[in-house]
Amino acid sequence: MSILVNDQTRVLVQGITGRDGSFHAKSMRADGTNIVGGVTPGKGGTDVEGMPVYNSVKECMDATDANCAVIFVPAKFAMAAVRESTDAGMPLVICITEGVPVNEMIDMYAYTREKGVTLIGPNCPGLISPGQCKVGIMPAKIHQEGNIGVISRSGTLTYEVVYSLSCANMGQSTCVGIGGDPIVGTGYIDLLERFEADPGTDGVVLIGEIGGDEEENAAAYIAKHMKKPVVAFICGRTAPPGKRMGHAGAIISGGKGTPEAKIAAFNAAGVDVADLPDEIPGMLQSKLNN
Amino acid sequence: MKVHEYQGRALFREFGIPCPPDVVVNTPDDARQAAADFAEPVVVKAQVLVGGRGKAGGVKLAQTPDEAAEKAEAILALTIKDLPVEKVMIAPAADILKEYYVGLTLDRGARAIILMVSSAGGVDIEELAVTEPEKILKMHIQPADGIDEAALTDLLTQAFEREPLITQARETVHNLLRLFLEKDCSLVEINPYALITEDELSALDSKINFDDNGTFKHPDIEALRNDEEYSADELEARRVGLSFVSMDGDIGCIVNGAGLAMATMDLIKHFGGEPANFLDVGGSSNPEKVLNALRIILNNPRVKAILINIFGGITRCDDIANGLLMATQQIDIPVPMVIRLIGTNDAEGREILVKAGLTSSENLTEAVQAVVKQA
Repeated sequence: MSILVNDQTRVLVQGITGRDGSFHAKSMRADGTNIVGGVTPGKGGTDVEGMPVYNSVKECMDATDANCAVIFVPAKFAMAAVRESTDAGMPLVICITEGVPVNEMIDMYAYTREKGVTLIGPNCPGLISPGQCKVGIMPAKIHQEGNIGVISRSGTLTYEVVYSLSCANMGQSTCVGIGGDPIVGTGYIDLLERFEADPGTDGVVLIGEIGGDEEENAAAYIAKHMKKPVVAFICGRTAPPGKRMGHAGAIISGGKGTPEAKIAAFNAAGVDVADLPDEIPGMLQSKLNN
Repeated sequence: MKVHEYQGRALFREFGIPCPPDVVVNTPDDARQAAADFAEPVVVKAQVLVGGRGKAGGVKLAQTPDEAAEKAEAILALTIKDLPVEKVMIAPAADILKEYYVGLTLDRGARAIILMVSSAGGVDIEELAVTEPEKILKMHIQPADGIDEAALTDLLTQAFEREPLITQARETVHNLLRLFLEKDCSLVEINPYALITEDELSALDSKINFDDNGTFKHPDIEALRNDEEYSADELEARRVGLSFVSMDGDIGCIVNGAGLAMATMDLIKHFGGEPANFLDVGGSSNPEKVLNALRIILNNPRVKAILINIFGGITRCDDIANGLLMATQQIDIPVPMVIRLIGTNDAEGREILVKAGLTSSENLTEAVQAVVKQA
């Protein structure tokens, strides 16, 4: 079992003829994902190595019954691409694109919520249910089928943690990169709720970072609603205040978003916080054994 | 991205927010001239990209042009929170009857813009936010829905109490929001929003931050960028497309991905070392980027060892290895390097490194312990 994507997921790629879109469409297909087609306005009727290209999301959905869209278009057009998928009735939209202006995302967050669309990202690596479906850019080979859910704001740090889990024979049900921007479509709490309800998930790893108060809110949610064990990791403990550490959301400003506050919140919620990524499998295993 | 007060004031005027004229100078003589042109008492204000200028002695009143020159000279000699004062702004000194505060920023948790208004504006607003938060009135704004006028009237009536101030403040809030949205700001503050006659409000200071993800849409805003916001190494990194932040330690870091870069710095600290920088080489793995990254890190004479930590996804380890190979051939690397490569094409990458006489590790914790030992 898994959350959000599984072997029934039929993926369309927005921006499939672009450099990143075509590369990752091929890579996702090679990793076993059912890529039913792609969209690039003006290039309908062509194909990318056998994957048919359509002019619009609507056309592609009508022809293929796609039920998940993944977006690789440049930042300038990313929110328009999310809107197009939303208007076409796509239930699940994953926006990989980074560099989206946050004011545009305020509008798109409200719009996708109103329309009942699950938006993951922007500025995220996507998600994977190992052995079933990969919608994103992560290296599939480090993953392993199993019962651990992973939620993260980061990309490569997630690979690091997943690699540790797989080395410890703790496979994953689904790994979701929610994105490193100040506002993302789907946050920790939505996903914790899904993992708690997923019979294929036994425990969850939450990888957070400095900035905002989403980790604190997640901690409060876990204390109140989760029976499955959660282990957390927070990066950015050495980050100087007021400096954006790569991710648009990773900034300590006005005394808010500090790692200390996040760690304290998790500890208060009974969530163990690992100091090192390779401590995570052991900490989670001991919780699962209890 | 931050801008100076005078740059913010120009934007206020462009967006129809009442704000007195000003002139920016960098010598006492020009300050004297500017004050003489205004022909009235002036205020001389340090233009630096940090708050707390008044308390640091960077804001002074001057009754005469000569006094303006004198104050300008004193302020231009100041260093405020490590930033030398290079420019001062001269503006007519207003009679301030009362100080209000108006600000707009992003409320991440609410996924909305938040309007903040206070009838207790001035230099202590940040303290007030902590000690008496109820004195700051707040209201969320969804850009797509526009401002809830009834709620705004309530809020402004509470803060400004009487006409014509309420109407003026309403116009200012609308103009400020237009500025915030049209120019992709992340923070816009008027403090003080001052009562300068019985019935006239004016923006006597500005603070504007821009969303770094939005400046690509606005060449006029990009042109306002101030080099002094960044260290020399940060500027060079920006030029070559690397995400880089200078730190105080002695271990240089090259990592792919912002989260892993932060975690790598944390691990260095955990094992008793101090990172010299945050550096994310990004997703694409152009070998040239690795060369540039090493060059920038080696600009820093404090660096005693370098850790390269790559978890290949989109980034290919063989590209990184080729970049390292290129670097060893083109530049002198006088400090030890610890290399950790794993992920996409790691076997190929390691082979390239072995041929260049470089060794690499697969395990992050071990690599971090090794680099801390060598620094």
